[in-house]
Amino acid sequence: MMSTVNGVGNPSSKDDSSPEKKVSEFNEELSLAGANVHTKVGMIFFLTKRYPLGFLGLFLVFVFIFVALFAPYLTTHDPLTTNPSISLAAPSMGHPMGADFMGRDLFSRVIFGARTSLAVAFGATILGVFFGVLIGLASGYLGGWVDLVLQRLIDILQSLPTLILAMAMAAALGPSLFNTIIAIAIPKFPSIARVIRSSTLSLREMPFIEAARAMGMSDLRIVFRHIFPNTLAPLIVLATAGLGSAILVEASLSFLGLGVPEPHPSWGRMLSESASEYVRTAPWLVLFPGAAITVAVFGANLLGDALRDIFDPRQRTAN
Amino acid sequence: MVSNEAPVLDVSNLKKHFSIGKGIFHKSNEKVYAVDGVSFSIPKGQTLGLVGESGCGKSTLARAVIRLVEPTSGEVRIMGRNILELSKSEMRDCRRQAQIIFQDPFSSLNPRMTAGDIVAEPLIVHNIGSRIQRLERVAELFDLVGLRAAQLSSLPHQFSGGQRQRIGIARALALGPQLIIGDEPVSALDVSIQAQVINLMMDLQEKKQLSYLFIAHDLAVVEHISHRVAVMYLGRIVEHSDKNSLFSRPQHPYTEALLSAVPVPNPKLKRHRRLVQGDVPSPINPPAGCHFHTRCPYLTEQCRVDVPPLIEVEQGHWVACHLRSPKLN
Repeated sequence: MMSTVNGVGNPSSKDDSSPEKKVSEFNEELSLAGANVHTKVGMIFFLTKRYPLGFLGLFLVFVFIFVALFAPYLTTHDPLTTNPSISLAAPSMGHPMGADFMGRDLFSRVIFGARTSLAVAFGATILGVFFGVLIGLASGYLGGWVDLVLQRLIDILQSLPTLILAMAMAAALGPSLFNTIIAIAIPKFPSIARVIRSSTLSLREMPFIEAARAMGMSDLRIVFRHIFPNTLAPLIVLATAGLGSAILVEASLSFLGLGVPEPHPSWGRMLSESASEYVRTAPWLVLFPGAAITVAVFGANLLGDALRDIFDPRQRTAN
Repeated sequence: MVSNEAPVLDVSNLKKHFSIGKGIFHKSNEKVYAVDGVSFSIPKGQTLGLVGESGCGKSTLARAVIRLVEPTSGEVRIMGRNILELSKSEMRDCRRQAQIIFQDPFSSLNPRMTAGDIVAEPLIVHNIGSRIQRLERVAELFDLVGLRAAQLSSLPHQFSGGQRQRIGIARALALGPQLIIGDEPVSALDVSIQAQVINLMMDLQEKKQLSYLFIAHDLAVVEHISHRVAVMYLGRIVEHSDKNSLFSRPQHPYTEALLSAVPVPNPKLKRHRRLVQGDVPSPINPPAGCHFHTRCPYLTEQCRVDVPPLIEVEQGHWVACHLRSPKLN
C-alpha cells in the first residue's frame, strides 16, 4: 500500500533527486495535508479522504456482501413461503416492503436476492477473469498463429452485444444458477483477454524479461512470475468495474425469464413478475428490487472508478 | 592473445538477418542485415569494448552471442563449446557461464519484486542451494556490488539509477559466470555514477577474472575499461585492435572520425576534425562494397565494389579498409 500512495498524489515528482528523498519529502507533504501515512490506519484514512466516492462504493459493496452472507439472520420471513391473505399487501411494520402477488414477504425476498446477485456477479467475474487471463497471456506471450486464432475468436465474440450473447448462451444452456454464471462470463472474458494481451505484448519486450530468459528461466515461470503480476493493476480495475455490469446483466436475463430460475429469488425476476401488472396498484413491488439493483451496481461502479484512479498514476510513475 | 587457454568467448562469422515480412500472403525478401559476419574472441579476464553508432547492430550482436535472438549463421563458442548446437536443456546449463547487464536500469528490474528476490532468482531457476544458502549468497552479492543488506527487501523504485544498475550486476553475477555482456550498461546513468559503476565492474573483473563484452557509444568509457576495442559499422567490424594502438593510431577512416568527434576539455586546443558527412545508410539495403563508402572522405572506385577484408596491419591491429591493404601501398 505504501507504494500506491507514493504514486497517487505525486505525478509531478519525476525529478532527479533520489527516490528515498522523494518518498520522505512526499510523506512530509502528506503529513502537512493531515494524513498519517506511516500506519495502515493512516493510509486508509488518507485514501478515504481523497476518494470519498470510492470509499462509499467500497462500503456499499461490503454491505451487499454482508447482506448476502447473513441473509437468514436479517429477514423476518421465509422468502419462499406464500400467504394468500397478504397478497399485494402495502408496506407495513410486519412487512416493511410489502408482499408480492403470491403473498411472499418482499423484504425477505430482496435480502435473499442479494445472494443470487452476489453469486452471479462474483462467479461470472471470477470465471471471466480466469479464462480472460489465460487466453490473454497465451495470446500475447506466444504470439504467431496462436495469437491470430485466439484474437479472431475474440473478434467474433466481441462483435455481438453483451446482452444478446448472454441471452443466446442462457437460452442454449437452459436456466440454472450455474448456467447463468457461464452465460454472463462468456461475453465478459474477451475484453479481459484483450487487456491482458496488450499488457503482455509490451511486457514481453521489457529487459527484465530478457534477463529472465538470459538466466534460463522457463516460459511458464516467466509468464506467471514476471508477466502476470505486472498485469494485475488493470485487471483489478477491470474486474471490479465488471461486477456492476454482471449484476445488471443477471437482472436483465432474469427479467427476460432466461436467468436464475425459481425458487431462487432474483431482483431481475421480481421486476418482471410485477412490472407489467402491478406497477400502478402496488408500485413497491417494482421500487424495492429496482432500488436494490441500482444501489448494488452504483456501489460496484464507484469502487471500480476509484480503483482505476488509484492504480493509474502509479503506473505512470512506476516506469 | 598468445594464451594457451581457449578463449572465454569466441565468435566467428556470426550473422543475424531479420526478414521483414509484410503480411501472410506476400512475403517480402527484404532483410535487415543487423549483424553481418562478425568474428572476435575474448580471452579470460579481458574486456572487449564494442563501439559504434546507434543502429549498427551492437545490441543485436550482444543478444545473438547468448542466443536471446537466434543467430542466422556462424559460430559462438563459450568456454570452447559451440552454443548454437546445444539443445534447450544444454543451453540452460550453458547460460550459467554468460550473463547480461542491460542499458536501462529502470526497465531491467521487475517493478513488483524486491531487490533480494531479483538477485536470488537465477539461483532458484538453476536450483542452487537451500533457501537459507540462497539468502546468504544474495547478501554476499549485495555486499560485493556495494549495496546494503538492509536494502534486500526494498522494491526497485526505491533505488536510484546507479543502485538499480548494481542490482542488475549482482543478478548477473549470481550464477558465477565467466563472461558478462554489458549492453551499454552505463549509458543511461549520470556521469559521476557512470564512473562508480565502471570502477565496480573493473574491480569485479580483477577479483573474479571475468571477461566482458562491453558495448558503448561513449569512447572515453570504452577506453577506460577495455583491453581491446572493436569498432562496428552497419553490422560489420571495421577495426579491431588493442586499446592503445586503436586510440593512438586509428587506421580506418570511420574510427578516425569517431575519435575526432570525442570532446576534449581544453578550449584552446585546435583540432583538425574529420567529421563524416550524411547519415548511416539503412541496414535494409546496405551499400555494396565497403559499407562506409557512402560517407568516406577517401572514397576510391574499389570501395564501391569490393568488400574490404579484415587484415592485420600491425601486430594485433586489424582493419577492414582498402586504403590500408598492402596491395595499394
